[in-house]
Amino acid sequence: MTNNLRVKSSKFIDETYKISFKFNNKTYYGYKGDTLASALLANNIHLVGRSFKYHRPRGIMTAGSEEPNAIVQLHKNTSRTEPNVRATEVEIYEGLEASSQNCWPSVNFDLGGINNFLSPVLPAGFYYKTFMWPASFWGKYEYFIRKSAGLGKSPTEPDPDIYEHKYIHCDVLVIGAGISGIIAAKTSAKNGFKTLLIDEKPHLGGSTIYQNSDHFKINNQISSSWLEKEINEIKKIDNLKIKTRTSVAAFHGYNFLLARENLTDHLPLHQRDEKVRHRLLKIRTKKVICATGSLERPLVFNNNDRPGILLSSAIEKYSNLFGVACGQKNVLFTNNDSAYETAISLFQKGINIEAIIDNRENVDSKLVKEIEKNNIKIYKGYTVVNTFGYKRINKISIMQLSKDGQKVVGSKISIDCDCLGMSGGWTPAVHLFTQSGGKLKFRDEDQVFIPDTYPSDQISIGSCNGEFTLDEILSSISKKLKDFLNIKKTEYENLEIQSHFNKTKRNIWLLPSDKIIGKTKPFVDYQNDATAKDIKLALREGFRSIEHVKRYTTTGMGTDQGKLGNMHALGIISETAGSRMGELGTTTFRPPYTPLTFGTIVGRNVGEYFDVSRKTPIHDWHVENKAKFENVGQWKRAWFYPKENEGMHEAVQRESKAARDSAGILDASTLGKIDIQGTDASEFLNRVYTNAWSKLAIGKCRYGLMLNEDGMVYDDGVTTRLDENHYIMTTTTGGAATVLSKLEDYLQTEWPELDVYLTSVTDHYATISVCGPNSKKIISKVIPNLDLSDEKFPHMSFKNTKIDKVTCRVMRISFTGEQSYEINIQANYGKSVWDKCMQAGKEFNITPYGTETMHLLRAEKGFIIVGQDTDATMTPIDLQMDWIVSKKKYDFIGKRSLYRSDTIRDDRKQLIGLVTENPKEVLEEGAQIVLDANKSPVEMLGHVTSSYYSPNLKKSIALGVVKGGKNMMGQKLIIPMENKQINVTVTDPVFLDKENKRLNA
Amino acid sequence: MFLIHCPYCGEREQSEFKAGGEAHIVRPKQPTELSDDQWAEYLFMRKNIKGVQFERWVHTHGCRKWFNMVRDTSNDEIKAIYKMGEKPPTKYK
Ligand SMILES: [Zn+2]
Repeated sequence: MTNNLRVKSSKFIDETYKISFKFNNKTYYGYKGDTLASALLANNIHLVGRSFKYHRPRGIMTAGSEEPNAIVQLHKNTSRTEPNVRATEVEIYEGLEASSQNCWPSVNFDLGGINNFLSPVLPAGFYYKTFMWPASFWGKYEYFIRKSAGLGKSPTEPDPDIYEHKYIHCDVLVIGAGISGIIAAKTSAKNGFKTLLIDEKPHLGGSTIYQNSDHFKINNQISSSWLEKEINEIKKIDNLKIKTRTSVAAFHGYNFLLARENLTDHLPLHQRDEKVRHRLLKIRTKKVICATGSLERPLVFNNNDRPGILLSSAIEKYSNLFGVACGQKNVLFTNNDSAYETAISLFQKGINIEAIIDNRENVDSKLVKEIEKNNIKIYKGYTVVNTFGYKRINKISIMQLSKDGQKVVGSKISIDCDCLGMSGGWTPAVHLFTQSGGKLKFRDEDQVFIPDTYPSDQISIGSCNGEFTLDEILSSISKKLKDFLNIKKTEYENLEIQSHFNKTKRNIWLLPSDKIIGKTKPFVDYQNDATAKDIKLALREGFRSIEHVKRYTTTGMGTDQGKLGNMHALGIISETAGSRMGELGTTTFRPPYTPLTFGTIVGRNVGEYFDVSRKTPIHDWHVENKAKFENVGQWKRAWFYPKENEGMHEAVQRESKAARDSAGILDASTLGKIDIQGTDASEFLNRVYTNAWSKLAIGKCRYGLMLNEDGMVYDDGVTTRLDENHYIMTTTTGGAATVLSKLEDYLQTEWPELDVYLTSVTDHYATISVCGPNSKKIISKVIPNLDLSDEKFPHMSFKNTKIDKVTCRVMRISFTGEQSYEINIQANYGKSVWDKCMQAGKEFNITPYGTETMHLLRAEKGFIIVGQDTDATMTPIDLQMDWIVSKKKYDFIGKRSLYRSDTIRDDRKQLIGLVTENPKEVLEEGAQIVLDANKSPVEMLGHVTSSYYSPNLKKSIALGVVKGGKNMMGQKLIIPMENKQINVTVTDPVFLDKENKRLNA
Repeated sequence: MFLIHCPYCGEREQSEFKAGGEAHIVRPKQPTELSDDQWAEYLFMRKNIKGVQFERWVHTHGCRKWFNMVRDTSNDEIKAIYKMGEKPPTKYK
């Protein structure tokens, strides 16, 4: 193929800079400044992909981000490959490789194309209706649907590129650098506002910048020359920042916007290394000026989707900006004056125009007259009724429209062509405005939605505000900016404007054909293959809401969010349903305006930076000693310490046995610690825990259970009275932050009269727990001066002491049921004290154990773990922990809920112990518990919450919750598993040392 | 994303705050005197208005203070912010 459709040099294209690229494995050439689309068109390639449902051949339709058809897969490399990229937005670079999507085996021979011939049996809702039943088949259907329909391929390797986020604060943000945006940005910046101007294109000036007709002049200069001077001036203004290739993705409330700045996608591959690829800009601005322009509407007629059918404005842009002719036999089809602008521009460049088909009967504007003067045939009052050509349009047939525009009359005329430009008028790009919460109003005269009420300090100017002609824009912009920016004067007050655009338009949402609607294919949503027929079918089937029709027909649900066809869908719905357009409303445009890469969204938060990880002061020791870790919230906790060939089971069995036989050591630094001080500290604890605290002596520890106001267990832990008005509370590792927040909430909002101060000290202390029958001997070696006798230092008490010269707190508390000491010391001494304990314990074979062993040991004792044995539906009574609920206290958080009609039911799920018939059989946590597995449906009584093989009891033990479990001691139950049933017996949840003798052993 | 004027710190990004549900639901002083229905009214019933609503917010990643906000939930306009314990502005009731 040759680059034979390059018609005239353009100042936007550098013809001295040739670039080679690959499309579907073939090499082509383009020039610097080309997009993939313009370069393909220059090579006379229109066919780029296949449609989603019918696999119809599709070509390039637009020249911008609204493109529905020409979406390609970029790169072959499995880490950089990117699907769903619009060929109209890709700037070509050396090394570019693109391929068609949605076709197999190739775009020219596509097996899925058979769907096109099957389309009578593929109506709207086809996939929903066909593949929904039976549900069990979904997995099989999905395989085939994905294979034949999938939109491109995701990368399979990690993304090697760098992305980042950046905050920007400014006074005025101008979105869109067309003529309106340039004027607004200059006015704003020159009046001292810190201004940011953003445009998604690589160049400034919108569509005016390549306007070359003397029908449009400002101060007697052709509009593009005038604008070029303005652009050169704004580049010099200090407090104006300009970002091109930057697309605003979302416009949130309070003028907070997200934009994606594309930094390297246009560079040759070898120049991209180590550079940031995309930057997500988080913009907070005082004022927003939307100058987002408008999108040309297609026309909806039979077979309006063939390759070679483009928007008329796109044809104009390809010829003016890229110097490319989209065809050699061009026909334009329009209902307004826009196509004549295109025609004049093509004519000036010597590009052949076969004819213009105009829906309007009486047209005599200056633009139309100029075309007539040049002997180009205009068919007034005509419409296209059909198009021909499979992979490229080669012929159209046209007929005359009836007076009411509902039918065609007369005889058919055929016109040969290789390119058809269509113009259905313009739709203001109000997407960002509506995202911000703006409300639209409908303007009947030209059938457009325009901004009505603004939710924040913003305005819309130019064609996104429904001002479509140069004189309309320029005659009002000065006053608008003065009002909005509160300034006295602009330099645009007395512009002399020449604009020959005539605004008459003949809007027909669905153009008639000589065939009945069932036999035609007038596409409304190109990407999702939704036709006018599908929309009518949805209405016949009873759908009325525009949102429902959208979902049923998938209109507007593609990657382009139906930027082109949504208005036609609305028009066809209102015509068919006989309602007024404005009353239907529109569908919601959701962010992002154009798709964002995942890389942009996550920025630098990838790999180890994905989330914060918290490590204890003893972490390095665990790593050196080959611990396996588990995540508990953000904490990395040592899980178990396998030796040589041990797996998890062996390691945990060994650790658990050692802790009970001699001594174990645990890093408990992650437990939440809240320092509580104040004259009302005791009263405060009384109110937040279920048990009584006023009488706790100084130097004593007590276990407490905290409920939500609904009576459900929320957290637990041991709290120690350090002094008259001073406590240290421990919480679960995962609950530390939420417990603190909850306590602060009550203190600030319910009980502000209490004199209590809370400070989180979790990270300030390292906590080392030594347990087992030899723990006392070990601690006495580490802290020789401390009297460890049971009389002086009994269970559930605490001592302030010193290790060497460092003060520390030692609590004698136990979560394992063994005699056990917990040393709390300033975090930076944690590692050295741990080493001391290991040294002192060597002769007793002190064994470090992790969270898994801790869980096993406490399960032997029937101690609960909040969040494992409870799930926010368990009261202390359900947990058989009535002993901890004070009967005497008048109130505490959650007390009243403990005797609501629901919480006093006998058949609530209650915590019980379970032992298996076969002591070697270990249950699966989460397994269901039933009484009778043969009953249908099987009644599920509860589930297993904790389960272990206990090396100390030499049998399998489990905790579970069972409906009415309290009264089922000795009851035989069944755990049904996939291939077997396991017989279990309900027992007391305390399996070991019911008399707590080991605490003082 | 809102810009919220913390009564203690000034204007900050919404991401520093957390919403805490409906404001001015006072915990009963004598819960044990209440019937199940009365307790349930306090515990579960929230208005969730489309329109002007009184809400609790906390400056979690800031001063950690709770305060009240009057917000129109239909357009997210923050109409007033006042400290805990202060009387709600009467003009929105
Ligand atoms: Zn604050």
